[in-house]
This record gives sequence, C-alpha cells and structure tokens, in this order.
Amino acid sequence: MKNKLRHLLGGALIGGVAALLQLPLIAAETIHEEKSLYRDINVVQTGSRRCLIFNVHRGDRNQTCVDVNNRDELIFSYTKMSFAGLLMNPEPRKILIAGLGGGTLPLAFNDLFPDAQIDIVEVDQAVVNVAKQFFFFEENENMTVAVNDARVFVKRAGILGEKYDFIILDAFGGDYIPEHLLTREFLEEVKQIMTEDAVLVANTFSTSRFYDHESVTYQRVFGEFFNFKLPASGNRMIITQLDPLPPRGSLITRAQALTPSLDKYGVPLLEYPNRLSTRVDWDMSRRVLTDQYAPANLLQDD
Amino acid sequence: MVLLEPSIIRRFAKPVNSVSLPRIVVISVAFVSGFSIMTIEMLGARIMAPYFGGSISVWGSLITVFMLALSVGYLIGGRLSTRNPNPKTFALFFISAAIFSIPIIVFADAIMRPIFLAIEDPRYGSLFASIFLYFIPTSILGMISPYSVRLMVDSHEHSGHMAGQLFFVSTIGSAGGTLATSFYFVLWFDVNRILWGAVAVLLLAGSLILFINFLLQKNAAVSKVPAYEKQT
Repeated sequence: MKNKLRHLLGGALIGGVAALLQLPLIAAETIHEEKSLYRDINVVQTGSRRCLIFNVHRGDRNQTCVDVNNRDELIFSYTKMSFAGLLMNPEPRKILIAGLGGGTLPLAFNDLFPDAQIDIVEVDQAVVNVAKQFFFFEENENMTVAVNDARVFVKRAGILGEKYDFIILDAFGGDYIPEHLLTREFLEEVKQIMTEDAVLVANTFSTSRFYDHESVTYQRVFGEFFNFKLPASGNRMIITQLDPLPPRGSLITRAQALTPSLDKYGVPLLEYPNRLSTRVDWDMSRRVLTDQYAPANLLQDD
Repeated sequence: MVLLEPSIIRRFAKPVNSVSLPRIVVISVAFVSGFSIMTIEMLGARIMAPYFGGSISVWGSLITVFMLALSVGYLIGGRLSTRNPNPKTFALFFISAAIFSIPIIVFADAIMRPIFLAIEDPRYGSLFASIFLYFIPTSILGMISPYSVRLMVDSHEHSGHMAGQLFFVSTIGSAGGTLATSFYFVLWFDVNRILWGAVAVLLLAGSLILFINFLLQKNAAVSKVPAYEKQT
C-alpha cells in the first residue's frame, strides 16, 4: 500500500516536471506549415516572436525571426552581420540580395536606403509567399523579387551589363547546399556584376572541411577578404571588394558615422571593425571548388 | 532505368547468321552500357546548373530527355536487330555512343550559351540543352538493350528468360552507375574526367566485342578447313 502510494506520488512528480518542461513548447505555436519544392516551411510563433524555420524535423535552426510588436529590430546576429558591408560601401544605390528568407534584411535595407534599387532573387516561390503573408515583406517600386535561381539571375545580369554596388549572398538555407553557387566560376560571374566600389557580403559556412574549400575558393577569386565571425553566431561572413581592403582606421570612422542610423535595427556596428579579420585560419592546400568539382554536399559531413 | 517493351522481343525468330558472341560477353557489355547511361545522366544536372540553375525542373528536363532518347533507342535497336544481327553492329553502338558523348565534354558551353541567351525560362532552356547534349548518345545507348537480347536469343522459348537476364544486369549497371557517380566519382574527380572515363569504358566495350568477334571468326574459319588439309 505504502509502495503503491510512493509510486503514485513519484508518477505525479514526473508528470508535473514533464508538464513544466513542456510549457515553453506549448507556447510556441505553429501558425503555418507548407511543403515547397525545395523544403518544408514552418512559421512558428512564440509570444510576439515569429520565426521562419526550414526543415523543422531535421532540427534546422530558424531562418528569420521578427518581433511582431517591434518589426524594425533585427533579431539574428547573422542578419545584423550583413550590415558590416556598409563599412566598405556606406551608401549603396543598387543592391542585389540572393536569398529572401523572411525578407527582414531587404526590408531593413529598403527602410535605410529608400532610394536604392533592391533586386532580390529567391528560387522558391513559397518562400516569397510566406515572407509576404507572415513577415510583413512587401515589394515596392524600388524593391522587387525575381523568382529564379541566383546563378541564372547573375549570369543574365552579367550579359545585360547590369552592375550592383552592394551584393549579399545568403542563399544557403536548409540542409542542401546549392553547389553551383559556391564555385569559382559563379564568383567570377558575381565579380562581373560588381561596380568598382561594390562590396560583396556572403553568408557562408563555418564548419569543417567545407570552410577550408570555401575560403580557398573566395581567396582565389577575390584575393584577400575579411573573415567576419561573432562568438555567439555559428555563421561566418565573407566580406570583400574588388579594390584592396580598406585599413581598419577607415572602418572604425565609418562605423562611428553610421551607428546612429542603425540604432533602431539593433545593429552593434561599432563592435564590427575589430571582428573583421584577414588572418588565414583555413587549410590553404584544399582544392578550389569549381563547376567541374563541387561536391559540397558530400564534403559537409567530414 | 533501362526498360523495354515486350513487343520488341517478339520479333526474334531467326537464329543469328554469323558467329554468336558468348552470352557472358553480351551480359557484361550490357552492364557497362547501363552503368554509363546513369553516370552521364547524374552528371547532366551538374553540367547544366551553371546556365539553368539547380532547381527540380532541370532534373525534370534531363530525365524527360533521357527517357525519350532511350525509348527511341529501344525502337531503333529492336528494328535493327531484325536485319542480320551481328557483333560488329553491336560494337558500333558502343563506339558511336562514346563518340557522340564527346560533345558533352568539349562543346557543353558552346551548346548551352546560345540556348541560355535565346530562352529566358530556365525550364525550357534546360529542356533544349538536354536535347542537344544528351539525346543522340543516349538513344544510341538505348539501342544496345534490344539488340543484345537478339544476340543472346536463339529460340522463342528462351526469349523472355534472356530478356529478363539482360534487363536485370543492365539495370543493376544503371543502379551502380548512379550510386558510384553521385557518392564517389564527383568527390574524387572533375566532371569532365568522369565523362572521359565513361567514353573510354564504352570504347573499350566496343573494342572488346570486335576483338572477341575477330577471334571467333578466325576459329570458325579454321574449323571449316577439311581434316586432311589440317594434317599436312
């Protein structure tokens, strides 16, 4: 009898703890689920924070989050990190963003530079729809989305002679890596559409062997680049331009000048200049990725 | 991947006129052809991605064209097998498939660039590029299956059994080509080097058939010589 009671109490205790642990999960509500050609798309809201998640069953992290009560503030450090490109070109007039995600980054750029023309290329129509429906993204006369493969878009822009002075490559969402967007030939095509003063910001990988291959490839095409990592973020940004990289002093001066205007997005720009490193911390003997050799998805696991 | 209509098999009535290849040779080269088809197909998407992107529609174009090319190949190969089926024609399939695969390596950019410029929609761009790059070599490879059935069959009763064996082996070859290419070859080699490998293997298979045919014909000629002449 006593034993039975103990069992019951124990069971109740375990149940109670389990319920407590589950509480935050219960509060996160899936408000939209969609299977697109490329991925599973989930929109999950926890309190006022709404997040876009790709391939949730495989434990992918969030693509984009917004605070529905304070839409201006950027939540992810990697989204904020893209603003480091402004240290090299503080007044972009024609911006290309490859990879829409929830659209928070283009929205912030559009807000910050209302006169700049922003072209976004996103391969997945479903992502565009979700960004519009759940993440307050809207196209306008200066900001349009092309549903297309970034490689195709860039190649055609190159042939048409179009140039951009600020390019953000952020096309690697989910667990499949588009191999044709990592090759030397692709980066050369990107180079073709850069104006002389253009800056390229690429959100890339920071893991394993692949980090080495990618670094070697960027170095081959652009020479020295800024490697930008933040301790809190698993991301690595490559930031570079056609001219030799500017001295740190000028980055700091620009950060000081720009900081007030970035305040409302929560971008700590002043911290960035000291995080931009040109130190080679990868294995330089790794093979350059080319259209002929780009087994990116196979290299990922090593 | 390598499928065949039963109606093609029904045509096999006459025995092979000239010397017949050992079945193991026919089976082996059928494996090689199945393997090569899928090696080329798996690399197809990689070759087209720089112009038409990596979306599912590029795979769609590629697989459509391979299926169409194979179906046409089966039809022509089956028809050819009714007229004096012989190892030399069989070898020619392998050799010409190898030769017509070379443009995929050498002229890929020259073929895809004008298509990219002319057609804005990457779906139709990749469809046309697939036709120009892959239709001819793949349809030639498709001719191999029905023709090899004919070379292996000498009676009506055996035709289904032989066809079954042949599809088994060539489809296992296709599975092997798919796996080896996508898991390992792309990790070890350049795309073009893998394609040159496929070309070399097809040429080797063709040469092997010709060589064995040559040996068999020589033997046949020797055995036709009357016995008393042999002794002198």
